[in-house]
Amino acid sequence: MRALWLVLLLLVALPARAGEIVGALSQNRVALTASFSGSEILIFGAIRRTAEDLLAEAEAEAAGGVDYDVIIVIEGPRQPIAVWRKDRRAGIWMNVDSVTMASVPSFYAVATSGPLNQILSPEADAAYRISARQAIRAEQVGDGSPQALLFAEALLRIRERSAHYMALDRFVHLDRDILFRANVRLPANLTEGAYTTRMYLVQDGEVVNQFRTAIFVRKDGLERWLHELAYEQPLLYGFLALAIAIVAGWGASALFRLIRQQ
Amino acid sequence: MLVYLPIAEVSTNLFTLLGVGAGVGMLSGMFGVGGGFLITPLLFFIGIPPAVAVATGANQVVASSISGVLAHLRRKTVDLKMGTVLLIGGLIGSSLGIIVFRWLSALGQIDLAVQLSYVIFLGIVGGLMLQESLRAWYRTKKSGSPRRKLHQHTWVHALPFKMKFRVSGLYISVIPPLLVGAAVGVLSAVMGVGGGFIMVPAMIYLLGMPTKVVVGTSLFQIIFTTAYTTVMHAVTGHSVDVMLAFFLILGGVIGAQFGTQIGTRLKAEQLRILLALLVILVCLKVATDLLIRPDELYSVRVLGGF
Repeated sequence: MRALWLVLLLLVALPARAGEIVGALSQNRVALTASFSGSEILIFGAIRRTAEDLLAEAEAEAAGGVDYDVIIVIEGPRQPIAVWRKDRRAGIWMNVDSVTMASVPSFYAVATSGPLNQILSPEADAAYRISARQAIRAEQVGDGSPQALLFAEALLRIRERSAHYMALDRFVHLDRDILFRANVRLPANLTEGAYTTRMYLVQDGEVVNQFRTAIFVRKDGLERWLHELAYEQPLLYGFLALAIAIVAGWGASALFRLIRQQ
Repeated sequence: MLVYLPIAEVSTNLFTLLGVGAGVGMLSGMFGVGGGFLITPLLFFIGIPPAVAVATGANQVVASSISGVLAHLRRKTVDLKMGTVLLIGGLIGSSLGIIVFRWLSALGQIDLAVQLSYVIFLGIVGGLMLQESLRAWYRTKKSGSPRRKLHQHTWVHALPFKMKFRVSGLYISVIPPLLVGAAVGVLSAVMGVGGGFIMVPAMIYLLGMPTKVVVGTSLFQIIFTTAYTTVMHAVTGHSVDVMLAFFLILGGVIGAQFGTQIGTRLKAEQLRILLALLVILVCLKVATDLLIRPDELYSVRVLGGF
């Protein structure tokens, strides 16, 4: 009888307990310059609740309710890619077949306040496309063959090893169920573009609320200039490369000759 | 200290780049080779995308050859007429090579093609060089070796379109030098090398040119072919990384100075045996990579980039 009461109480309390998540970033611009060696980004925020929410929560807590959890997803610009598989042909290991994927994230980090599979239901994961596996789901299905699945798994494995896809379990610190913060390290090899940052408030395996913002990563200074020149004025850029080679090659040897003569 | 390379879009340790440049520069100073055949595989190894490694390798060869060609021009050991014929072949070959390169990249087989060309060419050239230099070494040990003929008449001398090459003292058809130039041009575009390691033996044994003009003339041709290749790669593939080239060249010119000094202390025959062994070593390294099962059978390539 008491157990039944508890369930009833929970059911009544649930809809009213929709907290709101508000987040911010320590920086929303990352400049790729010659000395760029990765960047640490602090993501922080708060869970906002009304007085009624708090009251309901207190009751739920007394009744053994579940705490909030926070999931932060940083997703880099999507790119078309090809995954190649090597096989032995005439004694040589060579690329034999490939699967092209139209749009996969160049970077994907999921930071959570607890183990992802414990705090989020598989259904919610699929609905909100939270884990890296879900983010490339459209590609994973492919033509429906088991082979497409193998290629998608290979993509996840390779990108995880190069730290471009990261599962950061327990990287989000929750403070008294109100404040949260996480440090995410962006690697040195970043692609230019907008890195969307999604923050999810999770309770009981379900997403209660979400907040979106973005980090803008762009090349800067000399790098930006060189990259633009290479793509917009390739002929001029080619001649610049030659000029540098000629001046450096000839100048250096002339300099050394001068030093030796003295 | 990491540097971000704007075209390769990777961060690499500055000292690794300077070290690769200096090491290869030292060897090229010692042996008088451009070093492209070493720098391109080394760039693969440190994680530079193959397309960028090949295009930037070609650019680096320009820098490492320029001071050599100027020195040879001063000493008048360049056969400009032969160099021009080789160069015409080289430009045709390089254009073909660029087309082949784009085609193989699209097929996803460019790594294999580059590696296989390394194995085949380095294997053949290294083997021949080792055999030749060991024989020469053996001869110098046995005094009173028989005099060699100035040059031998072969099938090359029976072809049409003959031309006089005064500096080389030759009267031969233009077809073989054009073909040699074209072959080297293809290699320059596909492998990111100058091609001296194949042109020098071809000039001596196939064309019968006197050794004294061979190096200068090959450098003369190499510098223009690799310059052309660099610009073509920049235009068709946007794959030349100026920043990467700059650090390689910087390390290279410093290394070359030390290499030249070591080189003058060693005997010519010993030097050639060492170079032959080095070429064979690189060949074996690339070959084992092809024959041993890789740890990761899959690879990811971003499309639309290179």
